[in-house]
Amino acid sequence: MNYKLSHLQELEAESIYIIREVAAEFENPVMLYSIGKDSSVMVRLAEKAFAPGKVPFPLMHIDSKWKFKEMIQFRDEYAKKYGWNLIVESNMEAFKAGVGPFTHGSKVHTDLMKTQALLHALDKYKFDAAFGGARRDEEKSRAKERIFSFRDKFHQWDPKNQRPELWDIYNARIHKGESIRVFPLSNWTELDIWQYIRLENIPIVPLYFAKERPIVEIDGNLIMADDDRLPEKYRDQIRMRKVRFRTLGCWPLTGAVESDADTIEKIVEEMMTTTKSERTTRVIDFDQEASMEQKKREGYF
Amino acid sequence: MTTTENNKLSIVNSQLSIKEFLDRDEQKDLLRFLTAGSVDDGKSTLIGRLLFDSKKLYEDQLVALERDSKRMGNAGDHIDYALLLDGLKAEREQGITIDVAYRYFSTNNRKFIIADTPGHEQYTRNMITGGSTANLAIILVDARTGVITQTRRHTFLVSLLGIHHVVLAVNKMDLVGFDQKVFDAIVDEYMRFVRPLGISDVMCIPLSALDGDNVVEKSERTPWYTGPSLLNFLETVPIDLDRNYTDFRYPVQYVLRPNQNFRGFSGKVASGVVRKGDTVMALPSGKTSRVKSIVTYDGELDEAFPPQCVTLTLEDEIDISRGEMLVHPDNRPFASRDFEAMLVWMDEEPMDRSKQFYIKQTTHTTRAEVSAIEYKVNVNTMEHFEADHLELNEIGKVRISTARELFFDPYKTNKQTGSFILIDPITNNTSAVGMIINKLESTEAKAESGVITLNLPELGIAPEHYPAVERVCKEIGKQGVELRIIK
Repeated sequence: MNYKLSHLQELEAESIYIIREVAAEFENPVMLYSIGKDSSVMVRLAEKAFAPGKVPFPLMHIDSKWKFKEMIQFRDEYAKKYGWNLIVESNMEAFKAGVGPFTHGSKVHTDLMKTQALLHALDKYKFDAAFGGARRDEEKSRAKERIFSFRDKFHQWDPKNQRPELWDIYNARIHKGESIRVFPLSNWTELDIWQYIRLENIPIVPLYFAKERPIVEIDGNLIMADDDRLPEKYRDQIRMRKVRFRTLGCWPLTGAVESDADTIEKIVEEMMTTTKSERTTRVIDFDQEASMEQKKREGYF
Repeated sequence: MTTTENNKLSIVNSQLSIKEFLDRDEQKDLLRFLTAGSVDDGKSTLIGRLLFDSKKLYEDQLVALERDSKRMGNAGDHIDYALLLDGLKAEREQGITIDVAYRYFSTNNRKFIIADTPGHEQYTRNMITGGSTANLAIILVDARTGVITQTRRHTFLVSLLGIHHVVLAVNKMDLVGFDQKVFDAIVDEYMRFVRPLGISDVMCIPLSALDGDNVVEKSERTPWYTGPSLLNFLETVPIDLDRNYTDFRYPVQYVLRPNQNFRGFSGKVASGVVRKGDTVMALPSGKTSRVKSIVTYDGELDEAFPPQCVTLTLEDEIDISRGEMLVHPDNRPFASRDFEAMLVWMDEEPMDRSKQFYIKQTTHTTRAEVSAIEYKVNVNTMEHFEADHLELNEIGKVRISTARELFFDPYKTNKQTGSFILIDPITNNTSAVGMIINKLESTEAKAESGVITLNLPELGIAPEHYPAVERVCKEIGKQGVELRIIK
């Protein structure tokens, strides 16, 4: 008897089961798409879950208006190629008012352009379930979150009052106005994600691969000058450096790492010999103590 | 390659190319385990050491840990791993673990998922949550105190969840001078207690989590101990036989109809094996057909086994909806509206016997009530008591009656079809979880269907209204009343 699955096959099956369960139990689900590597895997798992049919829910990207240009291009090409219904939402009011990380700081920017934009979009379309690509190994507060994570009318997470979650029997019952955030990649690690991308040939944004890029050092972070909104004072400090990104977000808030890894194999090799965890390149995690937990409580993923 | 080498070293030290490494690494299997015990037993230290020795702790996490250890740690000069594991603000403030936390690490031979659960009495709920998907449980005892009430409680819960493999980790052996007599006495007492609970595989290991003895490598300080180190045991314990490959059960999760020519039934193989060409029976209708194809995104398969998620197409057009089950006609589950189960109460709100709950078992939801409580178990002494209701963290043997027939097996032989949750219809909370013991009325899977059928053409409903009718039926279905539509 050789009925054995590798860990990746087992994780894949678990995720597909979760994704189908949401499609079956909810009226109006949506898959939140950040364009990052985890999202790319999640999207592929959704395609797998309903093959040979089409995925019965849309993708939604919350565009903070400060994403890397390459991300936006990748997003549009991917959605078109694979026939996804793509929704893009932004907090246009705040954008028009000139909100941005350089002028308002990372905290205000993230709250208005990401959290508030997301909450507004969820209300606008009345989504009752929203998939997110978060993994439990990313951050301490995420390690304690359920796969089906209940949110009240105000989209808030209450870590002390989570529904028990056993076996693979997911409780999808909610009242009107409430919703569930669903994390099908909960049990994947960063290495699993890379291995799966390699194994499945999943397209990812080229920013993950090392290349000469225009870099300026801001508060110890290697920031890429992605457009002309980089404040004047930094412009003459721009240097070409061979870097890549371990995570992708708003370009002024996402630090690059110096690297020569231009293939997935090299990325994995680099990852295994690295001494820093992946979120160190995220500026927002260091804003305040327990900052991710706080953001999650307020409705950010 | 020895177990102490971590991934990082294996690349640096060996001649393995990264590609070869990945090709091999991708084939590792997955072991999920639960750790039970309190902070006092050194549980956090043990987990911290497993993560540390497999290099899953990054430099920035270590720096933060050292900083926090000095500021608010409880481990003296040592690094207080509890600070790393207790993620939530309230937990750090109160020095307790509130909820199940999941940790991930891997060695050259296996990937691991740890469900780390707190040991306090009031957290039976959490341990049950963390243990439901575990292949193995590590139960920690302090060598100085030996088997205590908490040890018994944890072991009882582990047996209730049907976890096949248990490691009794006798920790803090350094504090009893690595005395074999102390270890033997604890093992003796534990084995006497564990035997009647029917846990098939029990491994007892003398440890010092703080100093690392027998955690990753065999310790020289316990020459009398001939068994494996903890990590070595975790890496080698066989788990592929823990699944049920005998009784084919396929709860339909989603009906896939991308076009007129394709009608597939998506689901997970809950147990057993299904092959192309197999004759299968749909429950509750009793109609049979043959498996035409086993479809996946990556191509068709000849057979599927648990926990694979696939889509089955059948030779004949039979109407099957979500919540129904495909089985082999000569190997059917129980079909009944009444059964006995062990029930764990998970809700702050005590059980209200007059309440009708939703019951979710496999992909099927219907209404249910607790028709009788046979007894309540004292989880510390295993004694049985009479009870008329259950409260948070209480466990009892109950009888459940459901509005519609369920298709199930005893939890002992089939975790997938023998487990269920009860959902409060008002708060929507998961109020209780249960493990089915047996059916109460002897009814083999019935052929005739009790489902209300709406034949839309016969009822004179125009096709343009079909989507609206389907929406309403889906809504009613959520209330536990199932309607079948013929178009």
